[in-house]
Formats: sequence, C-alpha cells, structure tokens
Amino acid sequence: MPANSFNGFTDFGVGIGLRVPHYQHILSEKPVVSWFEIISENYMIDSGRPLHILDQILERYRVVQHGVSMYFGSPEAPNREHLKRLKALVKRTHTPWLTDHLCWGSVDGTYSHDLLPMPYTFEAVRHTAQKIREVRDFLEVPIAVENVSSYAEFHVSEMTEWEFLAEVVEAADCGILLDVNNIYVSSRNHNFNPLDYVNGVPADRVAQLHIAGHSKFEKYILDTHDHPVIDPVWQLYERAIERVGRTATLLEWDDKIPTFEEVHREALKANQFVPEPAVAS
Amino acid sequence: MNLLEIQRRMLEAVMQPLTEDEEMQPRTRDGKSMYEAAEEFIKPNDRLSSFERLEIYNRQYWFRVLSALEEDFRGLRAIVGAQRFEALCQAYLNDCPSRSFTMRNLGSQLERWLEKHPEYIRPRGALALDMVRLEWAEIEAFDGAVEPCLLPGDVLSREPDPKFRLQPYLQLLALRYPVDDLLLAIRKGNSEGGVASNAISEDRKPTRTRKIGRQKPEAIFLAVHRVDYSVYFKRLDGEAFRLLHCLREGNRLSDAVASAFEGTDIQEKKLLDVVQSWFQKWSELGWFCRPENGPQFISSSGSHS
Repeated sequence: MPANSFNGFTDFGVGIGLRVPHYQHILSEKPVVSWFEIISENYMIDSGRPLHILDQILERYRVVQHGVSMYFGSPEAPNREHLKRLKALVKRTHTPWLTDHLCWGSVDGTYSHDLLPMPYTFEAVRHTAQKIREVRDFLEVPIAVENVSSYAEFHVSEMTEWEFLAEVVEAADCGILLDVNNIYVSSRNHNFNPLDYVNGVPADRVAQLHIAGHSKFEKYILDTHDHPVIDPVWQLYERAIERVGRTATLLEWDDKIPTFEEVHREALKANQFVPEPAVAS
Repeated sequence: MNLLEIQRRMLEAVMQPLTEDEEMQPRTRDGKSMYEAAEEFIKPNDRLSSFERLEIYNRQYWFRVLSALEEDFRGLRAIVGAQRFEALCQAYLNDCPSRSFTMRNLGSQLERWLEKHPEYIRPRGALALDMVRLEWAEIEAFDGAVEPCLLPGDVLSREPDPKFRLQPYLQLLALRYPVDDLLLAIRKGNSEGGVASNAISEDRKPTRTRKIGRQKPEAIFLAVHRVDYSVYFKRLDGEAFRLLHCLREGNRLSDAVASAFEGTDIQEKKLLDVVQSWFQKWSELGWFCRPENGPQFISSSGSHS
C-alpha cells in the first residue's frame, strides 16, 4: 500500500548500491537483498560487460536507477543524447522511480562532473522545476530529486535549503530522495540544525531515503561515502522515518568499499528504525 | 547576480588549474583577485572564507578529473612519468574541458591534443601517442556497440562481391611501437606494486623504466576486440589489417583484398587460402555483423536464413 503518491513502494525496504567490487559475490552467492540502486551513467553505454552484469542482476533483483549528471539546475536544456540513453536504460531496468540530484554541474555545455550547490532563489526554483518536468515527461517514469551535501552558500539565496527543496518539488510535482547524511554534512558546514531540515521537508513527497558515511576535516565535513553511518545520522534517519513512514532506504558506500557482507550489514541497521508493515484486518 | 551569472563565475573558478601546492589560484584567469571574486557570490562562515569554500570545489574538480585520466591512461603515465603526466592532463583539460555528461569520454580528445602539443611527450612522442591510441581504443572496445554476428556457418549470398560490416566495438590500429606488450607489462607492474598507486614501490620503478627505455620502434598492426566481455589485443599481419580497414571503409571484398595485397607477389592459390583462414578466424571471433537488411544470407545447408 503506498504511503503517499510519491512513495508507492513501501515494500522495498533497505537496499544497497550495486558496485563493481561486489559483482562476483552477488552473482555467485546470490545473497538476499531487497533491491539494488545503480548509478545510471555506469550503464548508459552501447554494450559490454557492465550491461551484461546488469542483465544478470535484473533477472534476480529489483533495481532502482540513481543518476549523477542530469543537473536539473544547470542552465542548458536537457541533453538529448543523455535523455535517449537514460530512457533506453529505464526500459531495460523497469526502474519504478528514478532519482538524480537537486544541483547543477555544467554551463554552456561544459561539464564539471560535480554536484554543485544551487543558489536558493525563486528564479532557480522556476528553472529547476521546469527542467525536472521536461525530463519526467520524456522518460515517463516518476522522478525524485536528492538534496546534495554542500560546502558553499550564496549571498543571493532567498530561503533555506529545505524551503528551496520544498518549493522545487511542489513546482515540479515530483518526489524527494532525502539523503540524511547530506543533511548532516551540510548542517555542520553551514551551521544549521539538521532536525529543522528533516522537520521542514514535505513528508508526503519523500519517495526514498539515503544513508551514508562521511569524512571530517578540521574546518568542514566532506561527503565521501567511505565510512559507516555515524550515530547522529542514524538519529536523523530515525526522525525522518517517523515523519515519512516506511520508505525505501539505500546505503551508499562508494570509496574504500569493504566486503559485500559488511556493506549489507551496515545497511540493514536501518531496519531497527523502520516500523513493521501494517497487517491487513 | 542571476543564476546563470553565478554558475558561469563558479564554474570558471572551479575549473581553473590549481597551484603547484594544490591550492586555488590567487588570481582569476583575467587577473582579478580570486579572493574578491569569491566574495562577490559566496558567503563566508565562521571557519572558512569565501575563497576557501570555493577552493573545496576547485580541488575536488581537479582531483576527480585527474584521477579519472590516470585510471584511463596508465600506460601514458608510465611513459612520461607521474609529474609530467599530471601537468599534461591539467593542460589538456584546460584546453579541452569535458563536453560530455559522462566521464568515460574525458580522454576522447587526448590523442588529437597531444599531436598539437608534442612538448608534453618528448622525447618519446611517437611511443606516447601510440600508447594513447591503444588506451583509448581499449575504452571504445570495452563498451562499444555490438550487432548480431555473422555466424560461422553462414555462406555468402547471391551477392558475388559482398561488403562486410565490422562490429562497431572492433578497433583497428596501425602502430609504430609494440605498445600492446608494453601496456600489459606496465599493468603487471601495477598489480604487483603499482606505478599508479601513491605508494610506488622503489624496486618496481627501475624495472619499468628499463622496459620503457628499451622500447624500439617496431610497426605492428592490432585489433582491439572483445571476447566474453573482456578486451583483448590481437596482432594482425599488415595485409590482414589493410583488408579489414578497407572493409570498414565500405569497400567490396574484391577491392579490399586487392588493396590489402597490393605490391605483394603472393600466388593466387596461396592468397585464397590465407584470406579464407582469416575470414574463418574473424567470423569465429564475431567480428562481422549480419547484414543490415535482414536475411540476405544463405546458410551452409542451403536454406535461407
């Protein structure tokens, strides 16, 4: 039963990111995993081993696509080649929803390959929401946008990040992929209370949650996805789950990747915060 | 300052090369103070100035793209050395920033750029260029398109002088140095201690240097292809290379064979045997595509396929 119109997949539970070092283990041991998140761009290719592996994964597991380069906040119109390749992958995976970041990363056709932060302005809301709508209309799949971790703020911002997120998803009529680690990282970098963020997000639009680890430096925190989830992030996750109910949750671990079992064990810690599904009377 | 102006200013700063100490440049490309430029659009906080906040992105950008190129061009890095490789990549990306949504294409212009900037690969320019060609071909062969194969049992159609289409992923290279062996040796060295890792093993370094220093010119012809989703290098005879190259150019079989063996005095019987054995092998490797217009072929049993 859907929790809300943007969270129709409450049975997905806890998944992990599909990463190359785990391919062999997954294909040979066939571990029980609720679902895998794939980085879309790794499979937006013509042919070859990555797609061959993906096809084998798809035979056994549910897969959700997560993108890193749609750049909804970039000034250009969506790249047609990018969209065509992404749509072909959507048809292949049958992803029930698709996520990418609420950020920008390119200007005038030049790409940074980074998730750069948006200025929180009404102009940016209008522009970004319009682009999300265009992409969704082309791909014909529900879209949820993810809050990014950031290290800079802009003078021109007219609202908080969570207000900006709410404005964009309302204007685009799309879902949210709420990354509670990113909220924590940004809260430390920008001196705000992360609970204000979690409490300020429109709960009825949250389609998915992300958890991850990060790295602390002397004057800032970097979102490195190379550590276990720390307690303050689990506390944010617990509060998010209280607000949004059972929601597909994904652990990201992208660098210094440990064994499959270790990553999966870390992800499954999320279950202690998730309420049992309602039993039909 | 509107959205587009902020984005242009930020991207310009983020993509400006770092200093030798891996810090953000104190001046913008047009000579203004980077500190003032950052303050114009980025807020400071109680720990970091506007400059320092922008610098985080500047450093992240360069670490990411340099690391991607290092992964894709380990052979070139071994030839020119780690420091010169980094300088080369920085100059390349400064001239040819990414125009693709995927990092996979980051090195797509490198060969062409190096041809215009030989100063970065002297004194082993030809060797370095051959290595770049090979490493880029490997990327293309790894995930290039595949079409249904012409099956070994198929025999040629009513067409007396057919054209053959080669698999899009198949890469054909005419090289001046045996860089296939060199690249494999470099990778073997990497896996045993790693010229590409930060912890360079001192006892590996002289071996690698000797191997590269010993490289003598030797023209080779190479097919970079896939078998069971793994990329392989296959040496070809010059005639075989020319034949395949002519077929890829769209020539008919007879023209391709004539071009391939032009200037040789091979007997016709021998030529037929050689070409037939090549085609058998290439068919087994799946290098030929089935015709675009469907079942134009007749199977070996005589029925239409």
